[in-house]
Amino acid sequence: MSSTSLGKAINAGLRAAMDDDPKVVLMGEDIGALGGVFRVTDGLQKDFGEDRVIDTPLAESGIVGTAIGLAMRGYRPVVEIQFDGFVFPAFDQIVTQLAKMGNRSNGHTRLPVVVRIPFGGGIGAVEHHSESPEAYFVHTGGLRVASPATPEDAFWMIQQAIACPDPVVFLEPKRRYWDKGEVPDGVSLASGEAPLPMQSARVAREGRDVTLLCYGPMVRTCLAAAEAAAEDGTADIEVVDLRSLSPLDVPTVVASVQRTGRAVVVHEAPLTLGLGAELAARIQEACFYHLEAPVLRVGGFSTPYPAAKIEDEYLPDLDRVLDAVDRSLAH
Amino acid sequence: MPDTVVGTAAGPDRALSVHRTHEDRSRAGADEMVQLISPEGERLEPRGAAEEYAGHVEDVTDDDIRGMYRDMVIVRRFDSEATALQRQGELGLWASLLGQEAAQVGSGRALRPQDYVYPTYREHGVAWCKGVPPKTLLGLYRGASLGGWDPAEHNFALYTIVIGSQTLHATGYAMGLQRDHAVGTGEPDRDTAVVAYLGDGATSQGDVSEALVFSAVYNAPVVFFCQNNQWAISEPNARQTRVPLYRRSSGFGIPGVRVDGNDVLATLAVTRAMTERARSGDGPGFIEAWTYRMGAHTTSDDPTRYRIAAEVEEWKLKDPIARVKAYLARTGAADEAFFADVETEAQDIATELRTACRTMPDPEPESMFDHVYAEPHAVVDAEREEYLAYRAGFADETEGAGA
Repeated sequence: MSSTSLGKAINAGLRAAMDDDPKVVLMGEDIGALGGVFRVTDGLQKDFGEDRVIDTPLAESGIVGTAIGLAMRGYRPVVEIQFDGFVFPAFDQIVTQLAKMGNRSNGHTRLPVVVRIPFGGGIGAVEHHSESPEAYFVHTGGLRVASPATPEDAFWMIQQAIACPDPVVFLEPKRRYWDKGEVPDGVSLASGEAPLPMQSARVAREGRDVTLLCYGPMVRTCLAAAEAAAEDGTADIEVVDLRSLSPLDVPTVVASVQRTGRAVVVHEAPLTLGLGAELAARIQEACFYHLEAPVLRVGGFSTPYPAAKIEDEYLPDLDRVLDAVDRSLAH
Repeated sequence: MPDTVVGTAAGPDRALSVHRTHEDRSRAGADEMVQLISPEGERLEPRGAAEEYAGHVEDVTDDDIRGMYRDMVIVRRFDSEATALQRQGELGLWASLLGQEAAQVGSGRALRPQDYVYPTYREHGVAWCKGVPPKTLLGLYRGASLGGWDPAEHNFALYTIVIGSQTLHATGYAMGLQRDHAVGTGEPDRDTAVVAYLGDGATSQGDVSEALVFSAVYNAPVVFFCQNNQWAISEPNARQTRVPLYRRSSGFGIPGVRVDGNDVLATLAVTRAMTERARSGDGPGFIEAWTYRMGAHTTSDDPTRYRIAAEVEEWKLKDPIARVKAYLARTGAADEAFFADVETEAQDIATELRTACRTMPDPEPESMFDHVYAEPHAVVDAEREEYLAYRAGFADETEGAGA
């Protein structure tokens, strides 16, 4: 094990997957010599060549559409969309083609394509660089959607996504790219076993009073909130890191909420029709008699993502999370 | 009333009256198109653009031409049968290829078994050439499937409804061929080309431009075969382009050629040339097959609302099957018995298609949950179980009522 940043953990995971399977190819804008704008693919073109780490024209629909054709030829393309807001030119190919081909062909054609998207805010970027588009993809049958929150998960989950025979939208919490954590050395999915399947949620912190449900960039915020509440002695908070957004690991969520009786969902995406709405509905169906309070949501507002100077007002922070916890406990 | 001004050359608003000028321009290239058999059925001495391509069909025998005639008659017959089946309520929709038989059979016959086709939703003739049984194509139009066939079985991808999407898939597949060293080896059974079919309307889509960019910069072995049938539902060429479509590809660094799409021999020649070029590693090509959609866009369409009868009559004189029949009869390469045999065979295939359509089983409702994912997906699996339990409740009631 060694201490590695989340971005470098994904790099290590990509490298391991490319070593394991010669059919794995990377595609995207500036991913070659530059190593991607976040350097996630740093050094890979140098080691694997231009045929496997493909610098593409600046055309997102083209990137995903050609990845579909490569997958039909037996390749496992991992495409990088440079920023969340740039995925929309590729939205048609992802939703109308990538998601549906397996079903349309009665299972004859499988498209093991991974669409990597650095997502979310908090880095002071210009517009279209800080969005959380997960609901669009979770809403689409045929896609899997996953988001790691820690370097260790990032290392294993990117390999699991690549090995998966289904298309996976892989949402990387960009403001956590520099977070450090322990990542195993010298192993890969072919040589070792990941601690947890990609589709499973993880109880990141156990607690008795209220469950915080979160994923990606919000996991660290929620864990910090839980520590703060513990220090203050106000609440013993359980934090569930969803990891997989499609499918949702409903049993893990339900088990936690049935233990605590309270749930608060936290995400950066706008609240309207976001993951929080889905989770609230499922929790009230499964936990109606266990709930001590309504399921609450903390998230972005139902507005366009704001200008960077005021993004801290938009993004859920420790205080907004704790405020929701207080409201839940007040019932 | 700006709408009435558009298309009126003498209209008062010059900015809106360019419509006809554009149409004239897009047709201008007609003089430059490759043609080897005249509409009257005469084998032409290759001239102009045709000189470059005639060599690619020097080996074509009368037997080959009889084969192409047979294919076109069969394809037209099963297409008309499908149209009839739609009118009788057996199909929800049908996209007829009437008038485009030569473009499809000529290009389809140019392909080798290993070549891979990415069709639109109208490539019934190409499917026939690739060995896809006609009945396989009906499921989508009957509402019994969303496509359903295995693309790898005949190297024929699923029909694509979203205009132009498939041109990118074709390009990606071609990029895979390069990585598999299935291009430019000189081995005829190994070197492979991909053909992406598209219509004139699709050339306006961003995906088609992106496919041209990707294929050009990677030198991918893909041929774009555009059947310009003059109408994108109700919109004429002039609403898609200011230049002849075959010239557009040159801006991407891809050679383009216009061929008489109603001339099966010329279509065979240019497709052979372009696919051979792609297989040998010289990169993508673009073919504009100048043809005409004689029927409606689909059975839901009413072309009498937007095009004049005289135009259709003019194209009837260029019928792709009639001219080959005239050629075969004139040269004595086929006799009445041959033509009668082909008719009989086409009729038999149509009859078989009718039966296959009417006896096609509806899918089981729970099949909607199948194949969505390759591996179990907890949410979809749970919904399937809930649905089955719900339906089983009705089964109990029916049993009880019957007892």
